[in-house]
Amino acid sequence: MNLDFGQITPYIPFMLEGIWVTLKFVFVALIFGFILGTLLALCKIGSIKLLNWFAIVYTSIFRGTPLILQLMIFYFAIPQLTGYDISPFLSAILAFGLNSAAYISEIIRAGIQAVDKGQTEAAMALGIPYKQMMKDIILPQAFKNILPALMNEVITLTKESALVSTISVLDLMRRAQVVGSDIYRSFEPLLFVGFIYWLMVFVLSSIGKVIERRLKVSD
Amino acid sequence: MIRVENLSKSFGKNEVLTNISTQISKGEVVAIIGPSGSGKSTFLRCLNVLENPSSGKILVENHDLTDSKTPIHKMRQQIGMVFQHFHLFPHMTVLENLTYAPMKAKGVKKQAAEQSARSLLHKVGLSEKESAYPSSLSGGQKQRVAIARALAMEPELMLFDEPTSALDPEMVKEVLDVMKDLAKSGMTMIVVTHEMGFAREVADRILFLDHGVLLEEGKPNDFFTNPKTERAKDFLDKIL
Repeated sequence: MNLDFGQITPYIPFMLEGIWVTLKFVFVALIFGFILGTLLALCKIGSIKLLNWFAIVYTSIFRGTPLILQLMIFYFAIPQLTGYDISPFLSAILAFGLNSAAYISEIIRAGIQAVDKGQTEAAMALGIPYKQMMKDIILPQAFKNILPALMNEVITLTKESALVSTISVLDLMRRAQVVGSDIYRSFEPLLFVGFIYWLMVFVLSSIGKVIERRLKVSD
Repeated sequence: MIRVENLSKSFGKNEVLTNISTQISKGEVVAIIGPSGSGKSTFLRCLNVLENPSSGKILVENHDLTDSKTPIHKMRQQIGMVFQHFHLFPHMTVLENLTYAPMKAKGVKKQAAEQSARSLLHKVGLSEKESAYPSSLSGGQKQRVAIARALAMEPELMLFDEPTSALDPEMVKEVLDVMKDLAKSGMTMIVVTHEMGFAREVADRILFLDHGVLLEEGKPNDFFTNPKTERAKDFLDKIL
């Protein structure tokens, strides 16, 4: 055994900064994915054929190809096509946001369809317009049903975010590699960020549990 | 106030309502009875276009609800509906259930909406439940809240779709009492029901449906003591 955690001590602040990079990017990608995913879900359950079709094809493409491929396309292929020099951060947000929108749209669609049809009928019978009914009656109930699945998606996204290290975003993962090649030791920095990832996921799932409990007041 | 002309409704090849015509005037209480599967609920749900009629017209104060140009939200605001399974909004308190639609659909101010909601809750005997969530109420209480919620929109007409069928027997009376009070206050009501006692006592007119056809129409006394059709006789023999 040849372990020496003392060696990484000077690099700890450098690696910890990666938490913010990772969190910032996960957060933005998630908001983006959530909004787009909600819109896609509404397209899927709506009665406009063209939108149904679009949402289904969209989901099929983004679920049917590897995330790392999508990331590479945004970062390497788009500049070649358009000449626009896209930043690693922006392409990461686009790839992750668009990708998770596909998954989130499926989660939300299932959640909406699980809400009792009587709720729609009651709202319609009261003369409440569709948009308000969705916003105030259906989506809040759907959201409560899907919270565990949504939390799962957040956790997956947080961990998968390590993929952005391949396009040189200085996230947690990338920083561990940088430190590793600096001190010619891989195990300690990798183990260290591994612990940080676990800690982040642990905190996230605790927050999820608190929200779930809050939403249970009406049960 | 509501006129139905040659209403038919099919689900695919299955015709559930055939050529129904009738008229209901202001302040009238009409009970719709008939065997299960006779199309009573479908008929009621056509009246506020929760089901789209296949043909025919529904005129509420001379607005044709089957016309796509009629502003259906506005019309539905004048037609309250109470469902068999209540369909209260589970994520809102009792008071919010009552104030939501008036505030959002009619633009009533919060304070005014709450004030009238409280007086309605008082009327149905549930004042102390205003901040409870629906899940903590009994079936009878839920249905009374549902009636109050429909009334909060100040409708001209109330539709009841088997309002007591999902209730435990000992809770039927509290709901029927509220409905009786409502009938006395002059509300126009159309009630699909299996409660023959209620139909007999409260209704001004009975509509008897069988296999989607309006077979008989008449005063409760005439209908119950002297039904004109064989089918109605049969039905009454079985249930009374």
